[in-house]
Amino acid sequence: MKFGVVVFPGSNCDMDCYHVIDRVLGHPVEYIWHREQSLAGYDCVILPGGFSYGDYLRTGAIARFAPLMEAVSTFAAAGGLVLGICNGFQILLEAGLLPGAMRRNDSLQFRCHDVYLRVENANTPFTNRYRPGQVIRMPIAHGEGNYYADPKTLAELNREQRVIFRYCTAEGEIAPEANPNGSLENIAGICNREGNVLGLMPHPERCSEEILGYDDGKFLFLSILHWWGLKREREVVARG
Amino acid sequence: MGSKPAWAEMGLTAEEYSRICDLLGREPNYLETGLFAVLWSEHCAYKNSKPVLRLFPTTGPRVIQGPGENAGIVDIGDGQAVVFKMESHNHPSAIEPYQGAATGVGGIVRDIFTMGARPIASLNSLRFGSLDNARVRYLCSGVVAGIAGYGNCIGIPTVGGEVFFHPSYTENPLVNAMCVGLVDHKDIRLGRAAGVGNLVMLVGARTGRDGIHGCTFASEELSVESEQRRPAVQVGDPFMEKLLIEACLEVIRGNYIVGIQDLGAAGLTSSSAEMAGRAGTGIELDVSLVPRREKGMTPYEVMLSESQERMLLVLEPDKEEPVRKIFEKWGLEAVVIGRVTGDGIYRVRDGETVVAEVPVKALTDGAPVYHRRGREPAYYREKKIQPVDTVPVPEDLGQVLLQLLADPNIASKEWVYRQYDHMVMTNTVVRPGADAAVLRVKGTGKGIALTTDGNSRYCYLDPYRGGMAAVAEAARNLSCVGAEPIGLTDCLNFGNPEKPEIFWQFEEAVKGMSEACRALEIPVVSGNVSFYNETEGEAIYPTPVVGMVGLLQDIARRCTPDFKDPGDKILLLGGFSPELGASEYLALVHKIEAGRVPAVDLDLEKRVQACCRSLVRKGLVKSAHDCSEGGLAVALAECSINGNVGALLEVEIEGRPDTFLFGEVHSCIVITCAPRRLAQVEAEARDKGIPCRLLGEVGGERLVIREPGGRVLIDQPVGEMRRVWQESIGNCF
Repeated sequence: MKFGVVVFPGSNCDMDCYHVIDRVLGHPVEYIWHREQSLAGYDCVILPGGFSYGDYLRTGAIARFAPLMEAVSTFAAAGGLVLGICNGFQILLEAGLLPGAMRRNDSLQFRCHDVYLRVENANTPFTNRYRPGQVIRMPIAHGEGNYYADPKTLAELNREQRVIFRYCTAEGEIAPEANPNGSLENIAGICNREGNVLGLMPHPERCSEEILGYDDGKFLFLSILHWWGLKREREVVARG
Repeated sequence: MGSKPAWAEMGLTAEEYSRICDLLGREPNYLETGLFAVLWSEHCAYKNSKPVLRLFPTTGPRVIQGPGENAGIVDIGDGQAVVFKMESHNHPSAIEPYQGAATGVGGIVRDIFTMGARPIASLNSLRFGSLDNARVRYLCSGVVAGIAGYGNCIGIPTVGGEVFFHPSYTENPLVNAMCVGLVDHKDIRLGRAAGVGNLVMLVGARTGRDGIHGCTFASEELSVESEQRRPAVQVGDPFMEKLLIEACLEVIRGNYIVGIQDLGAAGLTSSSAEMAGRAGTGIELDVSLVPRREKGMTPYEVMLSESQERMLLVLEPDKEEPVRKIFEKWGLEAVVIGRVTGDGIYRVRDGETVVAEVPVKALTDGAPVYHRRGREPAYYREKKIQPVDTVPVPEDLGQVLLQLLADPNIASKEWVYRQYDHMVMTNTVVRPGADAAVLRVKGTGKGIALTTDGNSRYCYLDPYRGGMAAVAEAARNLSCVGAEPIGLTDCLNFGNPEKPEIFWQFEEAVKGMSEACRALEIPVVSGNVSFYNETEGEAIYPTPVVGMVGLLQDIARRCTPDFKDPGDKILLLGGFSPELGASEYLALVHKIEAGRVPAVDLDLEKRVQACCRSLVRKGLVKSAHDCSEGGLAVALAECSINGNVGALLEVEIEGRPDTFLFGEVHSCIVITCAPRRLAQVEAEARDKGIPCRLLGEVGGERLVIREPGGRVLIDQPVGEMRRVWQESIGNCF
């Protein structure tokens, strides 16, 4: 399975994502410069954290116009896996690949610390190695992670089980005190209707090795590999 | 205003001006006067501090580059090295806290990647007045937001530092930023304009009118007119910096350039003159070629602009195209603005016209050196002999402990560091809040430990002991995580050195630091002096800040301060003779800042640190935390809070119980070990001739300190201690 990590000029978690795929999972991975126009040959594309183009205007507002983003849309429409982490999530929202928008954290400050997340849907290409309802830990590091969607969209997300992660307490309770940024309904991550595009604010690549404290994030990447393995098997069976 | 001659407006003295005339054999023109004024400012020339700074030991087996370059370089084995430096941005931050602090980060980061290193961590040491003052809160939140805004965007983790509050910093906060980089020996580059005929290329941001005479501003006292200096504060663009980092590292690793230097204080003038000065060459620049963001700028404005995010490269003529292509890829301008010459002359043209022409060496080495004489200030002896053990012993020592834990100088700094991305790059193995931060070096088993330290109350009451303490404590903090100290950078913040009492503080502090560096064998490889930290004639407390780097050969063998498991034995490693004098307790509870500053026994200190590192390396201890502000009781409380577990300690108290609990002392580390390791730990200490005293054991949900079979001194629930400690600073805003 081949991964690609998109590099906008202001990406700063690109090397971290690359490291996890390459060194922790041992899978092929390449950087993809933001001016590229094709994603042929990739199975999963990661939009990493950072400040794509400085983000002085609004996070991701300029990145959506990058030449590569058109290729990302095509890739996603064809069923390719797209994972947007932090700034990557913000860009997916701006590009319309996921619904809703980000506002500044309600504290009006940047926040960097561990949070607890409840896995709301473990039946996706990105979460199948977690248990439904499992409480996991991940670090956040953002100034604009306050997720918003209009009531209709929100209802749709809930109905279609597209809210994948919510901020929760250590005990798994979805409580206001566990919400680090003011996100509606403690939403930390959502996916598209087809389930192949995930955006989340927390950083799984920062908690994929024991030496960094814990490795809850690794299972997100392992889910991708597991899902892809099953898909391949199905394809072989279908063909055979 | 207006009546002074131009050279005086620019900050030169009459003697300095006449020296310039002598060196040139004529009067300098306006632009030339400006060049001298900035390069001869204290900020660039160290004319007041040079003779004293020579006291620092600057060599050692690991030192690759000592002071004099953009940053120091220390070997860490395997063909790798760490590059680091600390620098002040005090005056800009006093006027415009967000941009002042942000550009402080930007400047020090450029100093690191200019050496060819990838910046891997930032730290900062901050000093503010008391948080009950509204303007102080504005300065504090602005500075923290500025550091966050810049550092988070460029993707370099801010992993540590310190924040202290004292009224002497009310108008003149201190913002000292440190950056650390990692480099392969083969990629090290120096700031040299070598090779006659080589091209001089300016890259990065366009030049505007911001920050003109910023370094002259940094070399004078703050006053009511300082508000008018707001235009001398630069504005940062972290996205541009991020692009510069990547593009510069790409041209360095591709071996395209001969020399490189950032444009910091005094902008184009200092970077080009210093590069030529170091290489012994001349340099010729044409200001008309400099890309500008404003119309109508004079050569003077172009040369002295401190616009941020610019770098100067020196390269062979055939490398121009490939270098320009790399910068283009990152969306950056790269323009050849001059060339290296062999005549030793610093020549500035504006098109065809020569607008300045002076010898390079006159600019870079011609500044006078002032051998100032210090005078012991009147307060010094008075405060030192003031008896402090006449203060009453408080009845409720548990309440005193809570009071200390809520003191912003001791309380958790989480409110600050949660605004900093301290995890990006995924190397942060020990996060902020411990004695030192620890980063892994990917691809090796090694770790790098980082800390900053400095106690300005100690330095005010006894700058010699205070300077020594700063070095000793930084090294102790590194030893607590298991790292061997390998190099030091400093930021020396003082008042006006032209006052003999201030100069005395400076000299004494450097003497104390130097002695500690020699004893502990830690070379000083870079640093920065910030004088004139005064407002309306009142100086800050003398504040030498030490930034120190340590090496862990095996990162798997590292240690953190938090208590681990119930049943673990708690020991005190080192000689324990706490003193009330100069303590945080005395200042906070009794409102007295006086008494003898605890002395550092450097021989004992060295052995205690070596013993602690050895215990960590052998995996014998489970936690280690040094005693500092707040004494033993606060150290124990911090171990409990961080480990979320209580402890029971039974100790024979000698003397006053408040001195025992809250008095301050050096060379003391609280360690814990599994019960089955106790004999080994004690034997190891005994073999090294170090006192090691069993205090009690970890367990329960309360911190209890009592005398054997006797009275209980402290009995506090861990939860309550955590609450006051964690919420204190945030509650001030």
